[in-house]
Amino acid sequence: MSMANAIDCSAFIRHLGPGRASMDIAVDGIRCAGCATAIERGLANEPGISIARVNFALKRVTVEWDEAKLAGAQVLQRLRDIGYQGYPFASGAADGNEARASAHLLRCLGVAAFGAMNIMLLSVSVWSGNASDITPETRDLFHWLSALIALPVAAYSGRPFFDSALAALRNRSVNMDVPITLGIVLALGMSVVQTMQHAEHAYFDSAVMLIFFLLIGRLLDQMMRKRARDMAANVAALRAETATLIRGDGTTAVLPVRAVNPGDRVLVMPGEKISVDGRVISGRSHIDQSLVTGETAHMPAAAGARVYGGTVNIDVALTIEVTASHEGTLLDEVEALLTQATTARSKYVLLADRAARLYAPFVHATALATFIGWMLAGEPWAHALIIAITVLIITCPCALGLAIPAVQITAAGTLFRSGVLLRNGDAIERLAQADTIVFDKTGTLTLPQAEWLNPGDVPAHICEAAGRLAMSSRHPLAQALAHALNSRNPYDNVEEVPGSGVRVMHDGMEMTLGGAEFCAANDVIAQAQRQYPGASFVAFRNGNDVAVFALGQKLRADAPAVIEALKSRGFRIEILSGDCDKAVASIARELGVTGYLSSVTPASKISRLETLRQQGCKTLMVGDGLNDAPALAAAHVSMSPVSAAHLSQTAADALFLGENLGPVVEAIDIARRGHRLMIQNLWFAVLYNFVAVPLAIAGLATPLIAAIAMSSSSMVVTLNALRARIRSAA
Amino acid sequence: MNVIVILLPLALMLGFAGLAAFLWSLNTGQFDDLEGAGWRVLSDDDLQTPRPPPASVTNEVS
Repeated sequence: MSMANAIDCSAFIRHLGPGRASMDIAVDGIRCAGCATAIERGLANEPGISIARVNFALKRVTVEWDEAKLAGAQVLQRLRDIGYQGYPFASGAADGNEARASAHLLRCLGVAAFGAMNIMLLSVSVWSGNASDITPETRDLFHWLSALIALPVAAYSGRPFFDSALAALRNRSVNMDVPITLGIVLALGMSVVQTMQHAEHAYFDSAVMLIFFLLIGRLLDQMMRKRARDMAANVAALRAETATLIRGDGTTAVLPVRAVNPGDRVLVMPGEKISVDGRVISGRSHIDQSLVTGETAHMPAAAGARVYGGTVNIDVALTIEVTASHEGTLLDEVEALLTQATTARSKYVLLADRAARLYAPFVHATALATFIGWMLAGEPWAHALIIAITVLIITCPCALGLAIPAVQITAAGTLFRSGVLLRNGDAIERLAQADTIVFDKTGTLTLPQAEWLNPGDVPAHICEAAGRLAMSSRHPLAQALAHALNSRNPYDNVEEVPGSGVRVMHDGMEMTLGGAEFCAANDVIAQAQRQYPGASFVAFRNGNDVAVFALGQKLRADAPAVIEALKSRGFRIEILSGDCDKAVASIARELGVTGYLSSVTPASKISRLETLRQQGCKTLMVGDGLNDAPALAAAHVSMSPVSAAHLSQTAADALFLGENLGPVVEAIDIARRGHRLMIQNLWFAVLYNFVAVPLAIAGLATPLIAAIAMSSSSMVVTLNALRARIRSAA
Repeated sequence: MNVIVILLPLALMLGFAGLAAFLWSLNTGQFDDLEGAGWRVLSDDDLQTPRPPPASVTNEVS
């Protein structure tokens, strides 16, 4: 806690004007309206704070205050006093672009809705007038008014489709937006010509309604991606990683990692987690890279050595020059592999685009055939052209445009409630196709932090004393021990000897907790080492009482059940780990997995995935370490626990929250159901065309029929997509 | 049929009013937090304000 108080959050504060400051804070634990009210009221009562507004959907609070009365850290302290941990949050440039893009889509949607409503008002009058006694003059007036509304509305609201279609054509490919654009432009053009010729029918309503429905699909897609990104950004802020910055004048300040820039120098004390990538300037120490590479052996690090975020400094303080902070450049090898893997992945063609590739030529050929057919039948060419264009309008993929995004957003919402954050909408398709699952071991099958392995060996009274003492140490092993022992009430006046351990005088006796030498426990530890190979040890001495705590990787509690559930669904399961053979073999045996490879480098992970691909397997990769990042990007689809290295999170398609592996199974089940619904929706769109196209070819599709067909097919597809919300009984 | 000279501009104006209201609500950030507003209705914040003396009861909306 005392560490958090000292955080310098000036990098996150926006200065609004003379003395006014504002900051966004990601808050842990906003669950109900009561929380939001408590935070808002609690902060607003603080003198100096003028506005505190909770954004419930994003779980963030925006605070505005008077800089003369309060510092940024005091605002965070005030939030802590109310009972909430807050972490300053800065939205990047990408978030700003994303927000602008979705605001633009909403504006387009609003304009299209306005146009569709008013044109429909005129169209309904014309339809009912055609059936009774409308005069040709009035009909012309209504058509001209419709044109007056439809043309500017389409020019504005249709931009997202026109731009994307042009971009696709420039790349000499076809996407769904090409037939859409063609349909809209032809419908509008034909309607203007028809109006000038005082014709009975005009298709302004169809064109604008098409834009309206398709924009809804586009917006759903955008919303899903925005929500996943926001949540992932919150998770990153809540990890609250800090770095000790050494300023030019030699003073130090504790900063959130996001505020550290390349070129800065940071100090890493022994036992501290290194939170940035960089190069060692001074100091000579050992680094535990197990969370990054999966290797449990410690690496020596001296001046000039490169170190990576997520590793732990073991014995001596190091000064590190930051090469790249949170954005994460790293091991050149990993980076190069990652780029290759990402380009390989982009060959995957989305379901929607595959549908478009089949659909566009079919529709255009049908329209052409209709035109030629009517010409041969002796119709004048103008009339034949009108019928051909009606075919294009009525086949315009209205339901198709909603079929996939509507399922994606409902499935993503269901996944979110099961603790899975989806980073890509199309991951649902790929997840549903997976038939082979490759797990990393360290941090994925096992828990990311060290767990206590020998609870049976240590008497209870020693556990209590050791746990209380361990609370005062900043060493990760001691902290893991304190956590495992559920300790409370740390001792007063504890002295921490960096690189060795902690000691305290208690009842006239010295109690120590730390390394073997520090506690004079060499022989006891040597004995324990034989019993728990591969584990780390913390020794404890109180007078003549000596105890050894073995800490090491432990399986996630539900890992065996999850592997069993996946096997029963017919998945082939493998483990690929960078760790030594012995450690991997014992885990594989415990889980009943026969296929495993140990001491695997990032490159050989990829080549294993390539072998699987050649065997025709669609692989789901689940991993967390930096060494997994290229494999995550290369696999058909990938998932990471939320504790994963930043780069791995970026490479993965989905993140799962919490200590359990269960979300992996749920994600697969939900994705499979979502995929089924997408296919159903696409088949429905085909069925719709089977009914509508013959009508259009026969020249019977009036604007009224087009309007009814379009809106009813869109409704059916959307309602069907809502079924992705229903969770399985399991 | 002369009535449409009044009705059509009126309908269009109503449409424009709706569009303007939508754009206004978009620009003032009313779509930023779609969950919070629903919860906020349930909070009793407005009951906490000190009551005005009974002589001058007003229905002030703050």
